[in-house]
Amino acid sequence: MLYREAGQFRTSYAEDGRIFPIRQDRVGFALLVLVFGVAVPLLANEYWLKAILTPVLIFSLAAIGLNILTGYAGQLSLGSAAFMAVGAFAAYNFILRVDGMPFLLALALAGLAAALVGVLFGLPSLRIKGFYLAVATLAAQFFIVWVLVKFPWFSNHSSSGVVTAQEVSILGYRFASPEAKYVLTFAVVAVLALAAKNLVRSATGRAWMAVRDMDVAAQVIGFRLMRTKLLAFAVSSFYCGVAGALYAYTYIGTVEPEGFNLDLSFKILFMIIIGGVGSIMGAFLGAAFIVLLPILLDNLVPALFGDALGAGFASNLQLIIFGGLIIFFLIVEPHGLARLWQIAKEKLRLWPFPH
Amino acid sequence: MVRQSGDVIVDLRNISLRFGGVKALTDISFDVREHEIRSIIGPNGAGKSSMLNVINGVYHPQEGQIHFRGQLRRRMEPHHAAEQGIARTFQNIALFKGMTVLDNIMTGRALKMRCNFLQHAFYWGAAQREESAHRLKVEEIIEFLEIQSIRKTPVGRLPYGLQKRVELARALAAEPHILLLDEPMAGMNVEEKQDMCRFILDVNDHYGTTIVLIEHDMGVVMDISDRVVVLDYGRKIGDGLPDEVKGNPEVIAAYLGTAH
Repeated sequence: MLYREAGQFRTSYAEDGRIFPIRQDRVGFALLVLVFGVAVPLLANEYWLKAILTPVLIFSLAAIGLNILTGYAGQLSLGSAAFMAVGAFAAYNFILRVDGMPFLLALALAGLAAALVGVLFGLPSLRIKGFYLAVATLAAQFFIVWVLVKFPWFSNHSSSGVVTAQEVSILGYRFASPEAKYVLTFAVVAVLALAAKNLVRSATGRAWMAVRDMDVAAQVIGFRLMRTKLLAFAVSSFYCGVAGALYAYTYIGTVEPEGFNLDLSFKILFMIIIGGVGSIMGAFLGAAFIVLLPILLDNLVPALFGDALGAGFASNLQLIIFGGLIIFFLIVEPHGLARLWQIAKEKLRLWPFPH
Repeated sequence: MVRQSGDVIVDLRNISLRFGGVKALTDISFDVREHEIRSIIGPNGAGKSSMLNVINGVYHPQEGQIHFRGQLRRRMEPHHAAEQGIARTFQNIALFKGMTVLDNIMTGRALKMRCNFLQHAFYWGAAQREESAHRLKVEEIIEFLEIQSIRKTPVGRLPYGLQKRVELARALAAEPHILLLDEPMAGMNVEEKQDMCRFILDVNDHYGTTIVLIEHDMGVVMDISDRVVVLDYGRKIGDGLPDEVKGNPEVIAAYLGTAH
């Protein structure tokens, strides 16, 4: 009954084009932003901020990046982690080698560096599609990591190849505590997520989806395939690059190229598949699911079975449950959690009188 | 009734198109005049759709010349054709399945939108004003084609007849000079065909759009066309007013077969 839009009339196209046309959604979303932007950093403990919420946000950003490329523009990619690596190491080198480089500028430059590399590896998409393109981006995944390992300049000749992210400070304020790092991550992710939503609901997003759904028709309408696809690669890699830089600076602190391996790329791909391909909110839901579920199982399995299973079997059982749940979700709702949410909303509009 | 038609707008001269050893089109010449409804008919596999693909740059003929508004056109890509004001619909519906009706039609305005992606990312201001301005135009077309009630529906959920109508709407959104329609009435029942005929004639009347039409329903073709060109096995076997074509022995032979 609360979720009704009766009496809310849209009298202009601008109102009709809002992200949340229904007032209840707007209020709900504002509350969500307040909770996660203000209440959580004040109330949550260090473990939650450091080990759960910050990585969820960072992976959400990377998932948004991949979703732009795969979900909206229809170009399958297995190189997201490599583009994150480009972002992380670009930020490190910009801050290391340029005196007085402001952190936010370094973040943007890291994104741009990743975008440049993304465009380069996006070039094959003009010729090949689907699985074949996925294999081409797989090459990007291995090549980029190899380059970062091969040339020690990127890791400032660190003997182990591991680099330690410098301290983050903006306008003299040092982001050292988990709360401060979380707030910084939240702000960057919120702004970029909004920009992504704006992109996909405007002409740029329509161009991407047109190319995804029917490329010949898109061409006939006047879209240039090359420009549209490469823009998708650039924007997607920009998001992955910024996510990679945040990963290094506000999450783990020390990174090595091998950390950005194929496993991580797959993890991000799972996030968008489970969250919802072609949905910005789905990126957040998927990231939360993939990060939270193993932690949940970590706590749940010993709680349920105690030590009866033995540590080795317990950890395998977690993997089995994790895999099983992913398959279950894909069968029940192939369009992901975002679609489930949408269906729930449609039902809620009619509840409690569905007829 | 012969409507007033203008100068030659598309002039195709000696067009030949091959795919490997298969000759899709052989030495075809015909012209399209401004404001007319020009139909292309012929049995299956005659090369009708290939002909449209040549006109809007999807296929590149090995021989022959295309003059567009009196100017020789060099090798051209589809987006060039779109920029020249050529829009089309497809035989097998080529809508963007994952998008709503409104978004599908909005894509038709793409070439008229000027904002870049950074403005889109910011959205408020120029990009939003542009979006609203084009939405207004799109709403006119939605009203014209009587599809107001489905504007927010994903096109995948619509029945076939409505999908065809949405595809026409998307083509019209570009405000084309020339509209290429590839079997707009295939698979429709009588009422849907009547509606579609009315829309085609209205477009031709109101906007003065030149229409090149491929259609199998001879009743429709003979009723609404100004001139008809007949293809068979990639060759032109007839060209002229509907009545002339109807009486052409070669055309009758192609459609009905000849006694041997």
